Amino acid sequence: MKILVTVKEVATVEDEFEIQGTEIADQYLGADLNEWDDYAIEEAVQLQEDGIADEVVTVTIGPEECEQTIRQALAKGADRAVRVWDDSLEDTNVLDVGAKTEILSAVVEAEDPDLVLSGVQAGDDSFAATGVSVAENVGYQWGAVVNHLEHDLGDVASVRRELEGGVEELTEIELPAVLTIQTGINEPRYASLRGIRQAQRKELDVQSLADIGVDESAIEADLELTDMYEPESESDVTVWEGSAEDTASELGDLLRDKGVAQ
Amino acid sequence: MSDILAVADHRRGDLRDVSYELVTAGRELADETGGDLHVAVISGTVDEFAEKLNREGVDAIHTVSHGEEFNHDVYSQAVTQLYDELAPQYVVTPNSVNGLDYAPAIANELDLPIVTDTIGLEADGDTLVATREMYGGKVETTNELEGDAVVTIRGAEWPAAEGTGDAAIEAFDADIDEDAIGSTVTGFEEVGGGDVDISEADLLVSIGRGIEEEENLDLIRDLADALDATLSSSRPIVDNGWLPKNRQVGQSGKVVTPDVYIAIGISGAVQHVAGMKGSDTIVAINTDPNAPIMDIADYAIHDDLFDVVPELIEEFQ
Ligand SMILES: Cc1cc2nc3c(=O)[nH]c(=O)nc-3n(C[C@H](O)[C@H](O)[C@H](O)COP(=O)(O)OP(=O)(O)OC[C@H]3O[C@@H](n4cnc5c(N)ncnc54)[C@H](O)[C@@H]3O)c2cc1C
Repeated sequence: MKILVTVKEVATVEDEFEIQGTEIADQYLGADLNEWDDYAIEEAVQLQEDGIADEVVTVTIGPEECEQTIRQALAKGADRAVRVWDDSLEDTNVLDVGAKTEILSAVVEAEDPDLVLSGVQAGDDSFAATGVSVAENVGYQWGAVVNHLEHDLGDVASVRRELEGGVEELTEIELPAVLTIQTGINEPRYASLRGIRQAQRKELDVQSLADIGVDESAIEADLELTDMYEPESESDVTVWEGSAEDTASELGDLLRDKGVAQ
Repeated sequence: MSDILAVADHRRGDLRDVSYELVTAGRELADETGGDLHVAVISGTVDEFAEKLNREGVDAIHTVSHGEEFNHDVYSQAVTQLYDELAPQYVVTPNSVNGLDYAPAIANELDLPIVTDTIGLEADGDTLVATREMYGGKVETTNELEGDAVVTIRGAEWPAAEGTGDAAIEAFDADIDEDAIGSTVTGFEEVGGGDVDISEADLLVSIGRGIEEEENLDLIRDLADALDATLSSSRPIVDNGWLPKNRQVGQSGKVVTPDVYIAIGISGAVQHVAGMKGSDTIVAINTDPNAPIMDIADYAIHDDLFDVVPELIEEFQ
């Protein structure tokens, strides 16, 4: 069985930041492996260790800079990586679900995996829609927000979907399928030193849109980001100032006033 | 004149609150597009649901009787057929776990753009302006798109529709292709039971990722002991296996309503806030003065938890 894992490098934002136009100014941004994808990678690697998967391949849409993040996934045990990028993507201010679907679908079709694991959402733009959209596009089955996958996969994946309010749904999904992976499904490993060394030698295949047979016009975003701003705070929060001793004592007084602590 | 099609959510015999909020969002959009608001309810006791959804502002309700519970293939087929029949401008669904299990699929199937987790919507002619958050709520963005679209709405952002409407309730005869159903729900399970019921507590000391390491959790346990409070947490703490699932506050955890909720090192992501915003008094201890939790906190300490918590323990020992 072959597993394809979608891996995204997400932008992280410092506590204090400034917005320039429709973007956060570069100097306040960092980069990290998407939290949800980390769990997806772990699940795939565990399936490989359990002898169920023969190969784990990652796919990323992103420029060269994100190769450090892809190497993290390789260091955790993925066998090889595909990275898709094109200069034409440089100028779009939002890569929307439709565009991601076109690109990832082309890679799914080329790789022909039995299972695609994708994070439930990306920590930066949090559309939470790409996995299901890709599944529909390539004619795979799917399950969104999966927090448990039985590791005795045959033709079906027995999963738990985490619903709201502490309820889980037990579902059987025919393969091939796309599952969007929720945090908590496993415990993502840290890359070992050996893994990090090995990752340097693993194949990282760079593809352009033309290489994967996607026309530029197909990935034109339907959505245009027209404004970005800090949310207007409706809060009338009382901020306690001073040393930790002072603020702790303010909180102490509040708890006594409310009668919840003595 | 362009119509709106809103698809209700229900589970185990109950309509979910967001379904009534969806009616409000859908009505507002229909007023802007000058069209009708159509509501669809699929599977389960649809007639009973239709009566409940018949609130002010709903023009038509379409019931699709097929199976008991949510199945994304049934929903996808029913909604795409309704779309073909009604030709609405926007299909609107909740941004719920189930909404996210079929809305992207119908968008793709119908070749429509999708914009998820919206917190504000405005339609002007052919243009939709959708407001949503990025970076865990640190910024808000407006997003424009032209033409028809699928939109999912965040729960608790629109008020629930009230009153009684005079909608035409009609059974929609969807042609469900059983062979195209590739997944089967076999059951449900409640998780997170156990020794402590955090929803009963008067005082919750709740810890988030700011605690950094499992060892540091002892500090928070000491605080809970000193205050005689109950310990709860945000999701990452439970994901890491540092606390059991029954301590998780939030959308996929428990809803809590204590007299005082102390959020320590918790950013206040929407899924967390969903579980604790009903607390009487909210106190946030967080180094980031702009963390989203500040929007709902009554009192805040913008400081390092490792400095503040020991002081607080000392006060009560
Ligand atoms: C479908 C779905 C369901 C979800 N359900 C839930 C749910 O039920 N409950 C839930 O909580 N989350 C849920 N989440 C996850 C949610 O989106 C967030 O990822 C999570 O709530 C973040 O937890 P946090 O605030 O502890 O961590 P972070 O967002 O990482 O925040 C940590 C905070 O700690 C502060 N901090 C760091 N160091 C210190 C220090 N030394 N002193 C003081 N402050 C410090 C930081 O400034 C930051 O604000 C769900 C997500 C999805 C997609």
